[in-house]
Amino acid sequence: MENSLLTIVTFLPLAGAVLLLTLPKDNFKLIRVLALVIATTTFLLSLFLFFYFDVLTPRMQFEQLATWIPSLGANYHVGIDGISLFLVLLTTFLTPITVLSSFNSVDRHAKEYFICMLLLETGMLGVFIALDLFLFYVFWEVMLVPMYFLIGVWGGERRIYAAVKFFLYTMAGSVLMLVAIIALYFFNGGTTFDFSTILSNLQTGRLTLTATEQSWLFLAFFVAFAIKVPLFPLHTWLPDAHVEAPTAGSVILAGVLLKMGTYGMVRFCLPLFPEATLEWAPWVNLLAIIGIIYGALVAMVQPDIKKLVAYSSVSHLGFVVLGIFCFNQQGIEGAIYQMLNHGISTGALFLIVGMIYDRRHTRLIEEFGGLATPLPVFSTFFMIVTLSSMGLPLLNGFVGEFLILLGAFKANVTYTVLAASGIILSAVYMLWMYQRVVFGKVKHERNKVLPDLSLREKLILVPITLLIIWMGVYSQSFLRKMDSSVNELLRSFQSTAVVFKK
Amino acid sequence: MPENIAFEIQQILPDVILCFFGVFILLAGPFVGKAKQSSLGILGLAGIVAASLATANLVGNDGTYFTGMIIVDHFSIFFRFTFLLISGLTILSSLDYLRRQNINLSEYHSLILFATVGMNLMAASNELIMVFLGLETLSISSYILLGVKRTDPKSNESALKYFLLGSFSSAFLLYGIALAYGATKTTNLELIAKHILSGSADMRLVYIAMGLMFVGFGFKVATAPFHVWTPDVYEGAPTPVTAFMSVGPKAAGFAIFFRVFLVAFPTTYEKWLVLAWASAVLTMTLGNVVAIVQNNIKRMLAYSSIAHAGYILVAFVSGRDDGVAAVLFYTLAMNIGAFTIVALISRENEQKISIDDYAGIGFKQPLLASSLSLFLLSLAGIPLTAGFAGKFFIFRAAIESHFIWLAVVGVINSVVSVYYYLRIIVIMYMKELPEDYVPVSISPGVAVVLWLATFGILQLGIYPDFVISLARVSVLNHH
Repeated sequence: MENSLLTIVTFLPLAGAVLLLTLPKDNFKLIRVLALVIATTTFLLSLFLFFYFDVLTPRMQFEQLATWIPSLGANYHVGIDGISLFLVLLTTFLTPITVLSSFNSVDRHAKEYFICMLLLETGMLGVFIALDLFLFYVFWEVMLVPMYFLIGVWGGERRIYAAVKFFLYTMAGSVLMLVAIIALYFFNGGTTFDFSTILSNLQTGRLTLTATEQSWLFLAFFVAFAIKVPLFPLHTWLPDAHVEAPTAGSVILAGVLLKMGTYGMVRFCLPLFPEATLEWAPWVNLLAIIGIIYGALVAMVQPDIKKLVAYSSVSHLGFVVLGIFCFNQQGIEGAIYQMLNHGISTGALFLIVGMIYDRRHTRLIEEFGGLATPLPVFSTFFMIVTLSSMGLPLLNGFVGEFLILLGAFKANVTYTVLAASGIILSAVYMLWMYQRVVFGKVKHERNKVLPDLSLREKLILVPITLLIIWMGVYSQSFLRKMDSSVNELLRSFQSTAVVFKK
Repeated sequence: MPENIAFEIQQILPDVILCFFGVFILLAGPFVGKAKQSSLGILGLAGIVAASLATANLVGNDGTYFTGMIIVDHFSIFFRFTFLLISGLTILSSLDYLRRQNINLSEYHSLILFATVGMNLMAASNELIMVFLGLETLSISSYILLGVKRTDPKSNESALKYFLLGSFSSAFLLYGIALAYGATKTTNLELIAKHILSGSADMRLVYIAMGLMFVGFGFKVATAPFHVWTPDVYEGAPTPVTAFMSVGPKAAGFAIFFRVFLVAFPTTYEKWLVLAWASAVLTMTLGNVVAIVQNNIKRMLAYSSIAHAGYILVAFVSGRDDGVAAVLFYTLAMNIGAFTIVALISRENEQKISIDDYAGIGFKQPLLASSLSLFLLSLAGIPLTAGFAGKFFIFRAAIESHFIWLAVVGVINSVVSVYYYLRIIVIMYMKELPEDYVPVSISPGVAVVLWLATFGILQLGIYPDFVISLARVSVLNHH
């Protein structure tokens, strides 16, 4: 059981999708309830991963290895460590919430919609647990297809443009990664795609790459990840995709998909190509800082709330990249923590925007104002999430940003100062938006009669809010589980780095 | 010795069987009423099944026969099976089409069998004259097949164009063969290689011969710049014939392309390498870029198949043919599957072949649309489909042979191709269905083709090991 737990968690949604396929199309209620049950069961099962996770070892846990394509050397090899554990949990946590959030907002082809959601969950989980480069690539690409349909079929007005752009951007980056994966495979003797084997060959010197080879391989991997993050200037697909996607799609995009990029950097770029990583780090940090400030400035002037949140993602993910490329424990743990925070807070923001959109069918800031009077409960949740996204102490966002800045400070003071200005800017755009939407007099007559949150909507927001507070007050319960994996990552990274600096 | 002749004939027994069934169908044609034409198709299928059994019997008979004209090896057996499968699927998907379009030609099925004989002989030939004979048997059958819609000017155009350009390219090939004979005094592939190696051949003539053959074969497999006939011919032909043309003659062309160049001219490798990679880059890029602007789905698939010929040339440049079989195999499933759906949607007289005619059918005709989407995603090379496995092999071969830049050009091309494949999916699922849309029904024959193609694509995509080992075994034995 313990060995196949990861596999069960990952493929349960797929099995659920197949089950949904057999249901009659018009039984909408059964379909959505079943989708919710499957997603929730997946989440509950994934909690075992959390509780049985051994904090002391940096090694992969819940590992499973089976041959898949022996003639290629591609295996079904999965496992998680302190870095991927929380991303798996984030995925299983957000999926039932997004399923619940789409109960009433999907007006057509509901069956296909929930099938896509469940397929997407399997794809995302696969990316985080794959320990074989071939398997990783398969999940990485396959996951695009359900997301593409989610945006393209159930999205907003410019959905087709956004869906195709999303697909092409990601694909363009990832095919180069495929070339790099195959090249790495041949450098390693052309017998295995297994990540752990290749890594240990690199660390023991059985496989050596020249500086040029490392640089090219690093770039091919990095660009694929940077597009996904997205790092400035590769971010232009993101506002389109986020804005046009249906609410659940935006939540998943912001909450999980973007993290695949930063996760890839931590999992693959740093350990596989330490020297090239160090060599390119100044440039990466520069782009990250530009992204932090640029994203914040652009977010400030957006008239559309959803677009504002989308650009804020560019800014927040800049922090994550900065944290990773500081190469110290605070930076990387902060980055992982911030990935989770961003997933939860921005996911929640998109959910809130979706709720208000369901009521008014607009997302323009100027259409609102004074919502606190007709919608007090809504406004309270909105407030907590806004503050969390800005990084107010005692809420989750603060811990991540603080750790990243701490790490950055150790690495480079200028970075820290510039990045910190991003935090101030984020306070400006978030609070300003919140003020224009919620405070003051009710500007539009129609807004006076809006109904407050329904029970279903409260059920969606309550767990998120609890998590926001828990992660802000007692961050140790999470950070503790990352420690040994991050330490091990840095230990091997720094031993190479020392050699490099000489 | 009579026993010996009997044994030799056994090596071409599949072709004998196909010829027999072909002639029998021709003769039976006039005696079968219009309503029962499809029984001739069933007869054709029976011929193919019989030929498959005879082909299976060839396993283990490795060697050359008929004074070195015919060769039996894993390579030829693999291709024989591929061709039989292609023809079987073509006949299956034609049954319904011919009925719909009111084409009552009993010759149709026998021509497909004759074309299969031509392809089989190409894959099994060990000798340049035999190559030419096989090629002509195939070509003449396909000239007629393209024009079976006698009253349709487009079908006539297609047949005439292919006939004129095809004869022209055959002349190139024949001239190349003549020069190769002049230089080496033999038409046997292995002896040619031996003469070149021993230095007794006139190398200037050999190079010219290679160039001319490259043109001739390039034409048959539609690589740039010899591809210009493809879109017009594919567009005008009856759709099942288009499906056949896009995989059958192409696979046969590649089989013989590889055999001739790798067996007869292995030592002069470097000289034609430049030619091959330049053509590969040009073919991929041109096919993909031009496909983007097509509005006619048959033309779009034509350009897509040109692009795929480019990918196969990449493997050719790498000097490895272990990925080629896999790619041919997967394009087979996808193209036949896709064209079968195109034939269904096109209705009577092939009215609806614009991409816009697919608007909104996604949720109306779920089986058709989802399988077409799968075929397109597979053509685009998305993982877990056969297309990914095929492209993976090709790019792997290129990287292994240190043609990393060529692999990069290839993968960038595959991103470009995603755009036009997605376009059809976009139109099917994301556009509104016109109100006057009348659903098409799926006949059993078509359903079998679609399920087989879907199964093949997923099987190859999810668990490719079986086909890989098959393809490994079928690698051409060259030195």
